[in-house]
Amino acid sequence: MGVDARDFYLILPQLSLGMLGLLLIFASVLNSRSRETQVIGLLGLLVPLLACLSLWSMVDDSGAETAFGGALVVDKFSLFFALIVVGAVAWVFLAAREYLERFSPHDAEMLALMLFSASGLSLLASAADLLTIYVSLELASLPVVALVAFGKTERSTEAGIKYLLLSALSSAILLFGFAYLYGATGTLQVVDAGTAEPTISDMIRGSGYAVPFGTYPVLIGAVMATAGFGFKLSIVPFQMWTPDVYEGAPTPVAGFLAVASKAAAFAVVIRLFHEGLGELGKDWSTLFAVLAGLTMTVGNLVAISQTNLKRLLGYSAIAHAGYVLVGLASMAQGAEGQSAVTSGAGSALFYLAGYALTNLTAFGVLIIVITRVGGEDLDDLSGMGRRIPFAAFVLSLALISLIGIPPMVGFMGKLFVFNAAVDSGLVWLALLGVINSVISAYYYLNVLRIMYFREPRGDEPVSGPKVAETMAAIATGSGMVIFGIWPSVLIGISQDAARSLIG
Amino acid sequence: MVFGTRRKPRVARWMALTVTAIELFLAILLFANYDVDAGGFQYQQQMSWIATFDIQYRLGADGLSVPLVLLNGLLGLTAVLISWDVSDRPHLYFACLLVLQAAVMGVFLALDLILFFVFWELELIPMFLLISMWGSGRREYSAMKFLLFTLLGSAFMLVAILALYLSFPPGLRTFDMTVLAERSMVDLIVPTSLVFWGFLIAFAVKLPIFPLHTWLPDAHTDAPTAVSVMLAGVLLKMGGYGLLRINAGLFTEELAALGPMLMVLGLINILYGAFIVLRQTDLKRMVAYSSVSHMGFVVVGLASVAAAGDKFNVAGLNGAALQLFSHGVITGLLFVVVGLIYDRAHTRHIPDFGGIAHQMPLISIGFMLAGLASLGLPTTSGFAAEIMIFLAAYSAFPWLTTLAAFGVVLASGYILWAAQRTLFGPRLARWDNLEDARLVDLTAMAVLIIPIFVVGVYPRILTDMFGNALAPILSRMGA
Repeated sequence: MGVDARDFYLILPQLSLGMLGLLLIFASVLNSRSRETQVIGLLGLLVPLLACLSLWSMVDDSGAETAFGGALVVDKFSLFFALIVVGAVAWVFLAAREYLERFSPHDAEMLALMLFSASGLSLLASAADLLTIYVSLELASLPVVALVAFGKTERSTEAGIKYLLLSALSSAILLFGFAYLYGATGTLQVVDAGTAEPTISDMIRGSGYAVPFGTYPVLIGAVMATAGFGFKLSIVPFQMWTPDVYEGAPTPVAGFLAVASKAAAFAVVIRLFHEGLGELGKDWSTLFAVLAGLTMTVGNLVAISQTNLKRLLGYSAIAHAGYVLVGLASMAQGAEGQSAVTSGAGSALFYLAGYALTNLTAFGVLIIVITRVGGEDLDDLSGMGRRIPFAAFVLSLALISLIGIPPMVGFMGKLFVFNAAVDSGLVWLALLGVINSVISAYYYLNVLRIMYFREPRGDEPVSGPKVAETMAAIATGSGMVIFGIWPSVLIGISQDAARSLIG
Repeated sequence: MVFGTRRKPRVARWMALTVTAIELFLAILLFANYDVDAGGFQYQQQMSWIATFDIQYRLGADGLSVPLVLLNGLLGLTAVLISWDVSDRPHLYFACLLVLQAAVMGVFLALDLILFFVFWELELIPMFLLISMWGSGRREYSAMKFLLFTLLGSAFMLVAILALYLSFPPGLRTFDMTVLAERSMVDLIVPTSLVFWGFLIAFAVKLPIFPLHTWLPDAHTDAPTAVSVMLAGVLLKMGGYGLLRINAGLFTEELAALGPMLMVLGLINILYGAFIVLRQTDLKRMVAYSSVSHMGFVVVGLASVAAAGDKFNVAGLNGAALQLFSHGVITGLLFVVVGLIYDRAHTRHIPDFGGIAHQMPLISIGFMLAGLASLGLPTTSGFAAEIMIFLAAYSAFPWLTTLAAFGVVLASGYILWAAQRTLFGPRLARWDNLEDARLVDLTAMAVLIIPIFVVGVYPRILTDMFGNALAPILSRMGA
């Protein structure tokens, strides 16, 4: 099958992200003034953004376009995640403008690495066969190792090495699992690309049960894939690295990891399990339900005792991965009268989008605080309500959304996933989730208390947020509030994305 | 029905006065135009808010909410009048007051549980700011205590709301209170009593019911006068309203089953509150604890529903609702008077006073009227409400009710004793330079004194309305 211009148009978002990375490196060699390079990068992000939007209007609601002989698929589902990734990168450009000063003159390289990773992440959402999944995953992960270690402090380097080793280990397990899937079904194709190649689910549905070991090899493959992806998703028991890496990595990188990397990993897991292994839904939905319960509970309980802000957000990220998993566990059985968006997958999509907005807001404020105060401990937030009122106010809103109190978007997300869980008969999981939300209220409100009720640590005046930082905080923060009060738009987008997957 | 806020430094108070006056006028209009014979929810506003989950922006008033809306209108105006001299960031102060009033209106009128919850939480923000920025004493501590107690209670309520929503099969799920009120509350996904307790805890914090009351005296003591008026006058009523609307309206069987427990809690509230009042030396703390005691009557009224099939049943809930209104105006007036005295004397320490009736005859009259209404003198609204509650409760729990009646005796004790120590006695020279109430202050007092006597002489003006809204609850019990 030949490759033509249309194929390149379809992957324009991914392509342009990578090219923009290269451009930034060249620009930083030619022009040492990093601030201008950042502006170039920000304007350059318009290309992938517009490409995503034009593709969104091009693909049918339920249809999908395939590119490169069935290796990639472009549908609203993949574009949904590409948009989240592009949004996260744009956020880094804005929010980290002041933070990046400390890396000058190497800051352009950092942004370039992030763009390469983003390119891999958005490819991951489009990957249609196991090999493409694996290659995209590596493309997304390797730059992150360098990014995490970019701080060049002892902590940062340690975090980088930790990420590298665990990433390699999880890749190996994932590849092993893929080998089982391939061995049992004889195909690598996850999504039906309209080619002669049969898909995994075709094989399972067809002759899969007749082979000597039945579906067991497939299940072993599925479990190993879950373990491999579990690292990326930071779900218990594969979560160990998360707090360490968040703590060690430069803060913008941690935000990028928590949002873009996690969303894309969820995208591929949803695609693989829903489209490839949907036939075995009954088997893996219990696995996901148990993992979801564990992840929420462990994340929230350990978060209570944290004193470092980034570690706190690390554990909170683990807990929220658990809530998304609740949606995934509900994916297996649809219920009567369910629309695409209230199904398990649809609710996970909505949750991820809402969480992305909320978490980027929280990390944006964190960057502001860390650059002004220097420390990252909870105590450093003392008196923030008086020292930087804007930052404290925005962070309060983000915390309320993370707890899941209406009218923030976090509440709508939780309503979606718990609703889906009850529909699939996972009442116990929904109850556990609600109890977890109450537990989480404790440590989130504690942050609020410290910001407003502790005397400030130092008296020296601190500079307020700069224009770019304010823009980042307002963009994500207002999204979080608006989609909480008036979620119809976001529901519509998630509905479209979910429908392209579920049909 | 819900008004926004305006902010402009100097004109702020006139703006606030105009807005609250219009609001009171509209509330009176609503009260007068509400068709008691037709009953049900009138003047409804309905918009789909989040269609996917059938969350609606739905407001409507029935016989239970109309008087409380009126109460909110009355106290909103009073609060602005007695804040006339606020000089610290007045625009922000009045904005907070108006947001507070709007949020409470929303709580009383919301017919959708999510909307109800949003208004419930919205009320926290202005309240928190008002106490922590314009309060006195340990204001930040008190504001935070208030915030954390209420948030904790709300967490339980949110869980209960979600459980209630998810209990029904897809398609039948709704947050609409009027629809839910007609559903059978058995076979929920969690035991029904857990949902009941979720709501109960949230409302018990607000009402407050012992042992969740400890935030109240602190909040009252450190809050500015107008905020105390709003807090005692309408915010506590949100708890009572929630108990009547949701706990009694949706879970009548659970309420009846828990009647004896509630009766005991109510009794503790009444007596414990009253005994604590006796040994307070701070006028404001005294009024605060007397609120705890009086809210105990509301709980007793609710508990009396337990005697199923008895003819006094309606009187119990009716009395509880009337007590909400009556306590709102009476305690509002008490806080107004205490605030006026404090503004002039700069102390609230009872032993410092004596004979101030010589210097401030008008304020003293206000104090006495409020005090007598508070101890339940006939022809005041306090009497009407408490007698209804006692009659209803006596048929269900004769012995406990007899004990509760001592609450009224204690109330006479602490009110008259406080009045004697503060107002009467020999003229003290050090208070000679204090002026009496001005026209603004008199208006503020009059706004509250009038309803006390109107309702006291002719309680049917309210009880017909309440009865109208509460009768369906009882008919569901087969009474």
